Amino acid sequence: MTLQPQRQILVVFPHPDDEAFSSAGTIRLYRNMGVPVTYACLTLGEMGRNLGNPPFATRESLPEIRREELKEACKHMGIDDLRMMGLRDKTVEFEDDEKMVKLVTNLIDELNPSLIITFLPGYAVHPDHEATGRAVIEAVRRIPKDERPTVYAVGFANNTLAEVGPPNIEIDVSNVKLDKVNALKAHASQTAWMIEESTKRIDDGRPMSDSWLHFERFYHYQFED
Amino acid sequence: MKEVQVNEIQELLNSFANKDVYIHLETTNGAYATHFDEKVFNAGAFIRNAKIRFELAKIIDDTPHRVGLKMEHGWVYAQGITHYKLDEKGRLLMAGLDYTGKLAVALEISETPFTY
Repeated sequence: MTLQPQRQILVVFPHPDDEAFSSAGTIRLYRNMGVPVTYACLTLGEMGRNLGNPPFATRESLPEIRREELKEACKHMGIDDLRMMGLRDKTVEFEDDEKMVKLVTNLIDELNPSLIITFLPGYAVHPDHEATGRAVIEAVRRIPKDERPTVYAVGFANNTLAEVGPPNIEIDVSNVKLDKVNALKAHASQTAWMIEESTKRIDDGRPMSDSWLHFERFYHYQFED
Repeated sequence: MKEVQVNEIQELLNSFANKDVYIHLETTNGAYATHFDEKVFNAGAFIRNAKIRFELAKIIDDTPHRVGLKMEHGWVYAQGITHYKLDEKGRLLMAGLDYTGKLAVALEISETPFTY
């Protein structure tokens, strides 16, 4: 499908790399069209498990590594307005719910986005993803119906297709595939193993399918009232 | 971090005894464990910046290693420690990394609070 024109995009995810896996191509395409994109990344993925063996990081040095990776990934996506929101990995769902809605509302009030990209509540797997999606949906629900921005939501739980059906937004990001790969590579602490496996399989003559790099799929969120 | 050397860690543990210290204790099998394998029962816990004081500390020479801290009214225990580092802030960071390099357990001791 062709990209819908947008005035301003707000991307809200909890962990550095959530955006690269789900939306890097879409973000890059819109940036190439000159659409401003703000990325509010709620945590620094402080509790990431991959430290390597032999280790390249400690539990305490990981957040600073991921902060730099996030900045680098943003360069490849063309994001020049990156907000690091200072929450802690794994704790988003335990923050005060109203505070979380307010956090999103403040961003919406400031930026007046026409499109918000976030996770689909109920189908986002990680508790931080769920809490992020819930806060965004609630913040948007409180806006008068005819003023609400569009919400593209990412759902990837194993039961998503069966329960929600196929995503109704499919964006062909083939033209910016390299930018997406580079954004993923920038999150090396999280993706190095994947890149390595992919390279190894190409060397072995049994490449992994890269079809997931060609399309990004979202649910256009439908509000009930 | 480097691989556990029992004597070195024992000395470092001793240096924190009988002082008020902050600990980070964590065990995890990852937020995606059940997503990848529905048979996995996902459990984990962490406590960060709990202030404790221990009188006795031991690391047991087994693979992977176990660390126990004896307090006036109880215990701190971690199993699976494989790596450690005394970082630039004088904090003893111990971790158990599985065969793929993923953190399974962490026990960290510091005289000053860890970041948020």
